[in-house]
Amino acid sequence: MKLTVWTYEGPPHVGAMRIATAMKDVHYVLHAPQGDTYADLLFTMIERLKDRPPVTYTTFQARDLGGDTAELFKSAAKSAFERFKPNALLVGSSCTAELIQDDPGGLAEAIGLPVPVIPLELPAYQKKENWGASETFYQLVRTFASQVEEKPEKVTKPICNILGPTALGFRHRDDIEEITKLLNFLGIEVNVIAPLGASVLDLKKLNAAKFNVVLYPEIANSSALWLQKKFGQPFNKSLPYGAIGTNEFVTEVLKLAEISNSDVTAEKVSKLFNRSAWYSSSVDSNYLTNKRVFIFGDGTHVLAAKKVAIKEFGFSVVGIGTYSRELAREVRASAEESGLKALITDDYLDVEKAIEETQPELILGTQMERHIAKRLGIGCAVISAPMHVQDFPSRYSPQMGYEGANVLFDSWIHPLMMGLEEHLLNMFREDFEFKGDATPSHLSHESSSGKVEKDNAENTVLKTDGNEIVWEKEAEEELKKIPFFVRGKAKRNTESFANSQGFTRISLETLYDAKAYHAR
Amino acid sequence: MAIKFDSFENKSTTNNDKNSITKHILKEKGQREVFCGLTGIVWLHRKIQDAFFLVVGSRTCAHLIQSAAGVMIFAEPRFATAIIDDKDLAGLADANEELDKVVSQLLDRRPDIKLLFLVGSCPSEVIKLDLSNAADRLCKKYLPEVKVLNYSGSGIETTFTQGEDACLRSLVPEMPKVDNQLYKKLLIVGTLADVIEDQFSRLFKKIGIENFAFFPPRVSSNLPEIGSNTVFLLAQPFLAETALELEKAGAKHIPAMFPFGVEGSYDWFLSAATEFGVSESKVKAQLEPYTNRAKHAVDKSLSLLKGKSIFFFPDSQLEIPLARFLQNELGMELLEVGTPYIHKKHIDKELSKISNSTQISEGQDVEKQLDRCTNSKPDLIVCGLGLANPLEAQGFTTKWAIELVFSPIHGFDQAGDLAELFARPLNRRDKLQELNPGSQFVGDMQ
Repeated sequence: MKLTVWTYEGPPHVGAMRIATAMKDVHYVLHAPQGDTYADLLFTMIERLKDRPPVTYTTFQARDLGGDTAELFKSAAKSAFERFKPNALLVGSSCTAELIQDDPGGLAEAIGLPVPVIPLELPAYQKKENWGASETFYQLVRTFASQVEEKPEKVTKPICNILGPTALGFRHRDDIEEITKLLNFLGIEVNVIAPLGASVLDLKKLNAAKFNVVLYPEIANSSALWLQKKFGQPFNKSLPYGAIGTNEFVTEVLKLAEISNSDVTAEKVSKLFNRSAWYSSSVDSNYLTNKRVFIFGDGTHVLAAKKVAIKEFGFSVVGIGTYSRELAREVRASAEESGLKALITDDYLDVEKAIEETQPELILGTQMERHIAKRLGIGCAVISAPMHVQDFPSRYSPQMGYEGANVLFDSWIHPLMMGLEEHLLNMFREDFEFKGDATPSHLSHESSSGKVEKDNAENTVLKTDGNEIVWEKEAEEELKKIPFFVRGKAKRNTESFANSQGFTRISLETLYDAKAYHAR
Repeated sequence: MAIKFDSFENKSTTNNDKNSITKHILKEKGQREVFCGLTGIVWLHRKIQDAFFLVVGSRTCAHLIQSAAGVMIFAEPRFATAIIDDKDLAGLADANEELDKVVSQLLDRRPDIKLLFLVGSCPSEVIKLDLSNAADRLCKKYLPEVKVLNYSGSGIETTFTQGEDACLRSLVPEMPKVDNQLYKKLLIVGTLADVIEDQFSRLFKKIGIENFAFFPPRVSSNLPEIGSNTVFLLAQPFLAETALELEKAGAKHIPAMFPFGVEGSYDWFLSAATEFGVSESKVKAQLEPYTNRAKHAVDKSLSLLKGKSIFFFPDSQLEIPLARFLQNELGMELLEVGTPYIHKKHIDKELSKISNSTQISEGQDVEKQLDRCTNSKPDLIVCGLGLANPLEAQGFTTKWAIELVFSPIHGFDQAGDLAELFARPLNRRDKLQELNPGSQFVGDMQ
């Protein structure tokens, strides 16, 4: 049993729902207790879709448990097929149904429906949402792509599939638009986009592409590997995230498409579509240099964001982690490159602790990190699922491609204190309006209640390794003159410095000794 | 081929002092598009400020609560989930020891908690984890600092607001018992917005009832006492189990309509007053300014709602009293009033006020109900969020039902607001006419 304040992923059947809802003609019959229909809201409210998700739930209750829940499942599957006439039926269990062991696959087969029935084995007590989505997509691709009778001829045209976008994906809607535009500009045609917007017929056409573009490895890697084996379709390793990432992606797909004698190059395309590189180079962005950032989210977005943070924005990354165990190795390697230890966890409390310890000036994370950021009074931008309704915006807001890079620049910089204000706060601490502990004034509506609490807690005596360290009043007053967003780090640095020197009191001088010692 | 399906008509007779009527209640069984009782945590954690709700369940349960409440950014949420994993299922780990560990971790983090609810879920009930036993054990360990209680919010046992019923029921045995209560005491039962508690307090005093208390209280240390001279009024229609438990403890239920709209609120106060021997003429005189003011406020929505037809999907058990209000005070036509569960004893007075032509339904088969609904072309549909946007996209106007549980709607001074909640979607549709909601033009982009 595990204490879970917030969960980064839903159960695996929600992943399966994301695939079913993304597609056009697939229906999902889910053996689940009354109440599990809450998941419909994720799609109708958070993503604001106009149709009910194509999911029929058995919604059994306690009184059904004494009776024949298997019969209940069969009748639900039968009536769902008759009402919705899908071209494929997914069947499976939610966590509670998994405990009563009714075998939806076998039961659905017994009904004898005229369309393929795909039983989903999604272990709800071991696996999670992304795994469920990946597995479901893989099963669908396997079922339908392998129905191709004749061996496909070698594709010579530069044509690709885009794999990975789903319902309830972080900016998937706009990412595929942006990447399709980019591919078309490069002279590459898009054959099938799946699962988002695809039908079963489209899955049968997957082999007509020369290669695959995987945008979300968490969802589509296993399918892409299978397609590579089955049809010899290679797929990309780089992701079009950030200006540099997109450049690499452009170079890679041109190669995959075997477009060699072209006059398009990544550099040229970039100049046409990207502003973020110039914005970041302009003097206004000077103060962004070495801003301390903590990054957390799904593996893909974290890896990509780290690169952008360091190479494109000039931040310094002080912490990095992911909840995607599937990408743990990659994230670990990337962290080691920067001399960090990756935090691989799905425990919100671990993430909170790591952020508290590193005291960053900016958190790039998920909806859950926004809770931590609020508590600690740190600026935060969302870069990855899980997200809430505000991250399904009406406006065009891709994360990928060159326009995506532009969006990243605006949304990551926004929560930070603007340059002039930061300078003035450093110089004048006593202003009645622009206080040292205030939120950036361009975010004037946001309160700073979290910060007040934290300040009160600063008058405490710190215990480290049995040594008590006391802040002298004068030093403590001086500490308060340090701007809020770096004060937490300064406090920690001073304490660890004092501790390493065996001091038991922190004087004004210790504070400045520590500052010199930890100088950037 | 027809789906197996237990739909049958059930005749129920409801009696009241004016007339005796017979209503056909359609009982349906099939897919239910409703919340489970865990959702109650979303408002209960705000009401009882020193309580913490620990769900013992699966990742699905955790996901449900954060999807519902996680749009708010919490510095310190007062709910969490102990997620059962395969070690617990395989019996490799003693589930009780595991739970104790989680609770100790939680209480270390939140020393300010005074009351901890262990909330049962579908998985914990299917594997028969005895949470009431666990609560007793943990009480022994943590009392007097922390009281640990248990209730079930599982989907297999409870629908949406029944979670509050289960929670309050678990609190009843904790209420201080008094053997010889000298003065009659009134309990007002059901979660109410703070502002409404304050209004009701003033009105009870005005009509001459001084000795009253609200249940649940705002802090857990403030549980009202109960004895043989305690009478209680239900402020919410979904408290069947709590009422039963209060009766077991010696309290007496006062039958009344629910305090929605002018008619319901008046009957509610009058029923209490009668129990306390206050004359109707005094009640009438004291409440007259309030009834007048409320009528005036309700009438503001009359032009939008009068003559319009409405269809209720089942959600919270508030449907019947609200339908009664909309029919009697706003002249709406009730097409179907669906409710997840009908507790006859508490809803009788309400049912008798609803016209016989109205189809009342209990339970749900959502696809069939959707067909009935769209075929009857209602002007307004009250439904959950899983159905609301899809129906809007088809051109229907909807009122999402959950809002009715999250808004102050009880009593005279909220009657106008309550009417406005139903008028608002129609008003909005009028205002956005040029956008042509529901047309193809809005239908394309997603």
